[in-house]
Amino acid sequence: MPSGNVIPLSSNTTPSSDAMNEKKEQTRRTSFSKVNKFTSLFAGSPKAKDAAKLREALIAQQQALLNSPSPAQIQSSTLSLPTINLTTATGEKMPAEPKTLFQPPSPEESRRIARAHAQFGPLGSQSHRYTSQFTGEFAEPVEDEPPYYFLLTTYISYLILIAFGHVRDFFGKRFRKEHYSHLAERDGYAPLNSDFDNFYTRRLKMRINDCFSRPITGVPGRFITLLDRTSDDGNNTFKLTGTTTETLNMSSYNYLGFAQSDGPCADAAEQAIKKQGITMASPRSDSGTSDLTLEVEDLIAKFVGKPAAMVFSMGFVTNATTFPTLVGKGCLLISDELNHASIRYGARLSGAVIEMFKHNDMNHLERLLREVISQGQPRTHRPWKKILVVVEGLYSMEGTMCNLPALIALKKKYKFNLFIDEAHSVGALGPQGRGVCDYFGIDPSEVDILMGTLTKSFGANGGYIAAEKSIIDKLRTQNAAMLFAESPSPPVLIQIASSLRIIIGEIVPGQGEERLQRLAFNSRYLRLGLKRLGFIIYGHDDSPIIPLLLYNPAKMPAFSHEMLKRKISVVVVGYPATPLVSSRARFCVSAAHTKDDLDRMLAACDEVGDLLQLKFSSGIAGGADGLGEGVSQKEEATGPNKNFVPPRWRLEDVLKRGVDDVQHPLR
Amino acid sequence: MDLNEAQGAVLRYLNDAGAQFQKLPGSAIILRYIRSSYQNDPIRSAVELFLFLFAVRYLLAPSYSTQKQKHVALTEEEIDELVDDWTPEPLVAAPTAFEEIENEKRPVIVGPSGPKSKLSNGRTVTNLASYNFYNFVANDTLKEKAIQTLRTYGVGPCGPPGFYGTQDVHMKIEADVAAHLGVPACIIYAQSFSTISSVIPSFSKRGDIIVADKAVNFAIRKGLQISRSTIRWFEHNDMEDLERVLARVVKEQAKKPLTRRFIVTEALFENVGDLTNLPRLIELKLKYKFRLIVDETWSFGVLGRTGRGITEAQNVDPNEVDMIIGSLSGPLCAAGGFCAGTGEVVEHQRISSSSYTFSAALPAFLATTASETIALLQEHPDIMERLRENIKALRAQLDPRSDWVRCTSSVDSPIMLLVLKPEVVASKNLSLQDQEQLLQDVVDECIANGVLITRLKAMPVALGANPNDQSWHPQPAIKVCVTNGLTKKEVEKAGVVIRHAITKIVTRRK
Ligand SMILES: Cc1ncc(COP(=O)(O)O)c(C=O)c1O
Repeated sequence: MPSGNVIPLSSNTTPSSDAMNEKKEQTRRTSFSKVNKFTSLFAGSPKAKDAAKLREALIAQQQALLNSPSPAQIQSSTLSLPTINLTTATGEKMPAEPKTLFQPPSPEESRRIARAHAQFGPLGSQSHRYTSQFTGEFAEPVEDEPPYYFLLTTYISYLILIAFGHVRDFFGKRFRKEHYSHLAERDGYAPLNSDFDNFYTRRLKMRINDCFSRPITGVPGRFITLLDRTSDDGNNTFKLTGTTTETLNMSSYNYLGFAQSDGPCADAAEQAIKKQGITMASPRSDSGTSDLTLEVEDLIAKFVGKPAAMVFSMGFVTNATTFPTLVGKGCLLISDELNHASIRYGARLSGAVIEMFKHNDMNHLERLLREVISQGQPRTHRPWKKILVVVEGLYSMEGTMCNLPALIALKKKYKFNLFIDEAHSVGALGPQGRGVCDYFGIDPSEVDILMGTLTKSFGANGGYIAAEKSIIDKLRTQNAAMLFAESPSPPVLIQIASSLRIIIGEIVPGQGEERLQRLAFNSRYLRLGLKRLGFIIYGHDDSPIIPLLLYNPAKMPAFSHEMLKRKISVVVVGYPATPLVSSRARFCVSAAHTKDDLDRMLAACDEVGDLLQLKFSSGIAGGADGLGEGVSQKEEATGPNKNFVPPRWRLEDVLKRGVDDVQHPLR
Repeated sequence: MDLNEAQGAVLRYLNDAGAQFQKLPGSAIILRYIRSSYQNDPIRSAVELFLFLFAVRYLLAPSYSTQKQKHVALTEEEIDELVDDWTPEPLVAAPTAFEEIENEKRPVIVGPSGPKSKLSNGRTVTNLASYNFYNFVANDTLKEKAIQTLRTYGVGPCGPPGFYGTQDVHMKIEADVAAHLGVPACIIYAQSFSTISSVIPSFSKRGDIIVADKAVNFAIRKGLQISRSTIRWFEHNDMEDLERVLARVVKEQAKKPLTRRFIVTEALFENVGDLTNLPRLIELKLKYKFRLIVDETWSFGVLGRTGRGITEAQNVDPNEVDMIIGSLSGPLCAAGGFCAGTGEVVEHQRISSSSYTFSAALPAFLATTASETIALLQEHPDIMERLRENIKALRAQLDPRSDWVRCTSSVDSPIMLLVLKPEVVASKNLSLQDQEQLLQDVVDECIANGVLITRLKAMPVALGANPNDQSWHPQPAIKVCVTNGLTKKEVEKAGVVIRHAITKIVTRRK
């Protein structure tokens, strides 16, 4: 337990909190920040206010934020009341010390708190929580499609881009040889990049290069500080201007908000550097295993519900080296078509035969299983030694979860082994944050291998494998990363251990639960809001990864720039990471975001969506108005006369209804 | 003349076709449209037409399939039966006795790693098993700086470099490494082991040719495997054999379209410990027009006056090497790996090297630590001098004075690989497995006497592969790592312990 440290979380207010807490929280809400005043003002009597006013207010708020997006000034004026909450949060002081109530924090203290809040926003209200848990039936996420006009223009855009690219290449190679020399043979050396592979990069990606690899400084928490840069050679090279921009961070995989430079995790990491040093300077199997490594492995195993676990210093390598230890010649590996590059890499190294099934399509998987088991190995028709089915818990570009209940049913019937990559789902899903098994209420022993990375929810680095002890023992002796790769560094291990302990409530009780529930609320709130505004959004409702479909390639840079103008960092992805037509922006929600941040995000998307014509959902994927007269939800979904109205909610209605509607099944 | 006739026929045919076309309704509009849109530029039209035809050809080409050739048609019931009958093997095989021992005996360090480390059995041992050559692990200034970074950046960057994971500290360490080596650019990976296995396939593809040393380390082998290029091996460190292989490749490929060609080797070999001959490699590479990829994982921070690696030690311009891959994790006591070269080489990797593009960036405090340790090496070459003294002292205890083992490592290498002498292996008739077991016993004996050393780990064999198929495997060896953190006396004392342990265990064996 760190001493003398105020954690910027109001974790005393767990759901079991009593009336006293409720009261405190209410006083706090009204005085909390100007932003909230606006929303509550309008929430009070929405009909009387005219719509434009709220929009103005929000824009004014944005303007204010543009000048200084981190809540520094806003907070410092109203800090005295939250201070009570904050001190009680750590449970260190008795809450009723009247001195605290009236003593304004010293400037230094308020600066520190402002900084902490820029990394992890304070919870605005107890109603901004939700428990991430699977209910009902596994819903295949509905993928809406834009009007044909947009699809057509998307294809045409690509055609034009490609044609232009070829024409420029054609003339360039003749008239500006010096610029193309790297693509041609040079005194007997073949070009390092082939012209063909390179075309996409040169002609398409280069145009939007300024939206990628934006350099940052500081903590990638609730806000992220970009280093401004310019290019005067068509994005070939960039120059840093020396200035920075603080933006709302909708792009880091900081699901539980553990990217923090103070608080219990950072305190523990600092202690680790002092006591354990920066590195073990040795592979795990030589002298790189410490008592700390084993402790973390134990914690992870307990957390995910497996008998044993093993940590690695990199998530990518966890996959790359584990498959070769599990499968090989004579084995079959069946992989979801959208699996991560590291899985493909490991699969290719293993030497097993690889088959793919359509993303999340369980019927296809079953057909494939029947086919491969009955036919046996190619040519020899001998039975397969083993079949390993590999899926991800949560897909990072789609926001979809694997259909675990169906996979388990298939596994029982077809006897294959199941490997789940929980890189994005561990910490982010389930009432206790333990990943997809937790979310679906399935015993982890049903899954053979649970892999995950520690880079995302835990704010650390590395990966883990959790499985039966016999499997882990094998890995410890045969896995190449164990034998040759550097071992995880002690401060990183401590970051993992302390974030895990916070999640399970062992240290700072209540905070872990708050983080989990805020993440679930935030994910649903933003998703529902975007759907209601009329955007096409992919993925499952509880997923913190929210892809917003842009389609047109030209809209990728436009969207990214417009959001950056509004001081919001987003990730845009297009071909080849996604299918050609479905370029998208991807938002990663974090527990560090407050509802106000998400409102700001919704307002920005609303504006940009109008500007760039992005609101084209048809209503089949949700965001609908209230239920029709006398129709139950089920009837509406299955009824013969599905009469979908394209949702085009006004921003103020979205904000007004959001908090309540998030608690019910999203529609 | 035939040709003239043919030309005439073609012209006539074209005229006819033109006339037919003009009779079609709307043809005039199309023609006008094409003319104006192509601005009467026949070359451009021809190019587009060519592109179009190419696309059509591509689309119509029969897709190539290796499956379903011998598909056996089965009824649903038969399939159900086969499914019921199928029993898969367990996911992992039962552990071998040696594996069990290994799991049991793996040393676990309590507290920090250092020249003297505490083990979980409560004993404090002299640690000659870690790459902490300069004892940077115990450096308080480094710790102080790391804490400062931690307090500004947090621990993890929570994202890959392409998506807001590139921090200014990463740009700084890239610049630092490039400047230290004296090359234009450098790219940092989050883990050293993954670096070269990802660099090779990002450049070398199917159809390209790689000539590699037979003794290269596991990571390189995996890179070669993933690249699917054509691999030719040359005898370990045998420059004549290399030249023969290069000449043969050039001759074989003379008639074929030019593809990329690479030589891949290590500077200081992980599995043998000896040095490559870089000046000769450069000569050959230039002569036969190959690109050179040198893995400096074990030599960067070790060789040369200021630790620039083999280029400094052998006086070679680093710009002659196309790609230098190195590690920040071993002697530099940080983490991560790098690939240095020209701007073109580096920028290409940022989008096409999978373990860079698809993996989270290096934690900031590890990046700054690497920057600091590089600066330390640059400013205090005496640190390296001290290490060399210790290497000499330990080597004197082990190599010339032992009847049983010899050291295959270069005299400059702080990692001493001790293998059993051939005559010992022959007289005792030791298989590879026997040697592993014998050396493990030596390691255990040393630990019992207060010196922690380790074995060179055998490269894992792919599942289902025949272990005898492996063309090359390292000879089992003991690995002893020298460190600055011990005085010369202490190092010598540890050397004596190791020597005696070897004698005791080997003579015991009949
Ligand atoms: C599904 C999946 N697996 C593995 C990884 C690699 O993890 P790391 O970034 O820790 O190397 C990622 C990260 O991007 C991922 O999304």
